[in-house]
Amino acid sequence: MSELRALYQEIILDHNKNPRNFKRLEDANRTVDGYNPLCGDHYTLFLKVEGDIIRDIAFQGSGCAISKASASIMTSLVKGKTKAEAEKLFGTFHKLVTGELDGSVTLEDLGKLAAFGGVSEFPARVKCASLPWHTMRSALESKTQTVSTE
Amino acid sequence: MHSETLDTVDRKFDVTRIRRDFPVLDQLVHGKPLVYLDNAATSQKPQVVLDAINRYYRMGNANIHRGVHYLSEQATQEYEGAREKVRRFLNARSTREIVFVRGTTEGINLVASTFGRSKVRAGDEILISAMEHHSNIVPWQLLCEEKGAKLRVVPISDRGELILDEYQKLLSERTKLVAVTHVSNALGTINPVKHVIAEAHRRSIPVLIDGAQAVPHDRVDVRDLDCDFYALSGHKMFGPTGVGILYAREAILEEMPPYQGGGDMIKSVTFERTIFNDLPYRFEAGTPHIAGGIGLGAAVDYLEQLDWQGLGEYEDALLEYATEALSSVKKLQIIGTAREKTGVISFVIEGVHPHDVGTVLDQEGIAVRTGHHCAQPVMQRFNIPATARASFALYNTQEEVDSLVAGVHKVMELFG
Repeated sequence: MSELRALYQEIILDHNKNPRNFKRLEDANRTVDGYNPLCGDHYTLFLKVEGDIIRDIAFQGSGCAISKASASIMTSLVKGKTKAEAEKLFGTFHKLVTGELDGSVTLEDLGKLAAFGGVSEFPARVKCASLPWHTMRSALESKTQTVSTE
Repeated sequence: MHSETLDTVDRKFDVTRIRRDFPVLDQLVHGKPLVYLDNAATSQKPQVVLDAINRYYRMGNANIHRGVHYLSEQATQEYEGAREKVRRFLNARSTREIVFVRGTTEGINLVASTFGRSKVRAGDEILISAMEHHSNIVPWQLLCEEKGAKLRVVPISDRGELILDEYQKLLSERTKLVAVTHVSNALGTINPVKHVIAEAHRRSIPVLIDGAQAVPHDRVDVRDLDCDFYALSGHKMFGPTGVGILYAREAILEEMPPYQGGGDMIKSVTFERTIFNDLPYRFEAGTPHIAGGIGLGAAVDYLEQLDWQGLGEYEDALLEYATEALSSVKKLQIIGTAREKTGVISFVIEGVHPHDVGTVLDQEGIAVRTGHHCAQPVMQRFNIPATARASFALYNTQEEVDSLVAGVHKVMELFG
């Protein structure tokens, strides 16, 4: 069970059961769908972007524990951040889940993202963890089409 | 009670002996004995199939149908011998009706692009069912789009059975072809295809049967079914990937325009005119998957020597045992509860996504499929994004079902 526990850490199980920012954002000015046709993960991301700042962010939809916890934690992390800060977080997250993190990044830098440290051992699940992030990026670039991680 | 039933039929069927024929089964995955329950995706291969492929490449490799040299003649004989084995296996009248293809998908596409293109016109209809695999939906959609024809769909019940009254109503003079699956890959339902065929034939409508999931579980007799087309995949019936069979009634094949052009499908070629080859070669352009065909022949030999009655009883008992065991798990719901079923159990667990179920089971060495099983309309019908699917073959055991159930309890523990 140890590898499994590394994947499904308590924080992930918690965010899966009680996702944060799991609602429709009525005053969103950007709405983008993220879809993973292979496993059926499907989320809608709502953002309220003012200038360079993500004022508010929320999501709805359904999918596996990894994708849902990822969306939940991502929304908590990027709320109030600038686009550049969000982009930097995505870079760190992406390296973490693909196992490409180098020694320069500390556990402190990772913060809540550290919960996804086990994902890199499960290649089939990397796209689950990344789906919300790709969707957010697309929203920040003002693209409105559905994002797919397939 | 049911375990006794299973024990009794197992004593007759001797699954332990069967398992020894499949070398891949004897291994550890993540430190646990492999429990392979993804047979509807692809089956494992017995040693005799591996040997046949190996022998061909080691000792017999040559192109077929054209060489006068020894190896070419040997290869031709083996390849054509495999065609004859398949003919006998399906009880077709002639090897002229047995076309080698890449698999069920290509078989269906062949029918769509030759029979379909030449017979279907604007306003015509093609009738499929709501439980089809994408491979028996998309080729017809493409054809309908091209021709301005209409795709009609026979609905299914909550159990996952064809609604036959609706089928009757959908048959009309506009229907140019009925294309339905023999066994549903997502639900396990065995369709009453003989009835489906007879009803279509009363109106002189030809019928294609997708047999991919049926052939590893039951004897198929195309003459008894009276179907016009029957498509199957080698790799789901213990043969290699990349080879399959399209059975087609000779009279229909004769009328069909060629599929792909190239070598082997011709008698003579000039720049002005090409005379096409006889059946079935007219539909087999290019060097085929010779090793695959020979491997498929070996798989048919393997199937032929089985005690089919014992196999049927064993698989039924195993399915019943697994259905009962999984049904007793709280929050687990089986999708597809047809009265006539093969060894496929699709299930969902309340509050747990199938993908997470699959990952947890994998850590226990248990291989199941998770997702939409290339049957998204089935998922839409049951209003679910995906399922986890355990699918059984003749080598699966009661102990493996117990491992699956224990694995499902681990899922509950983690996500409960």
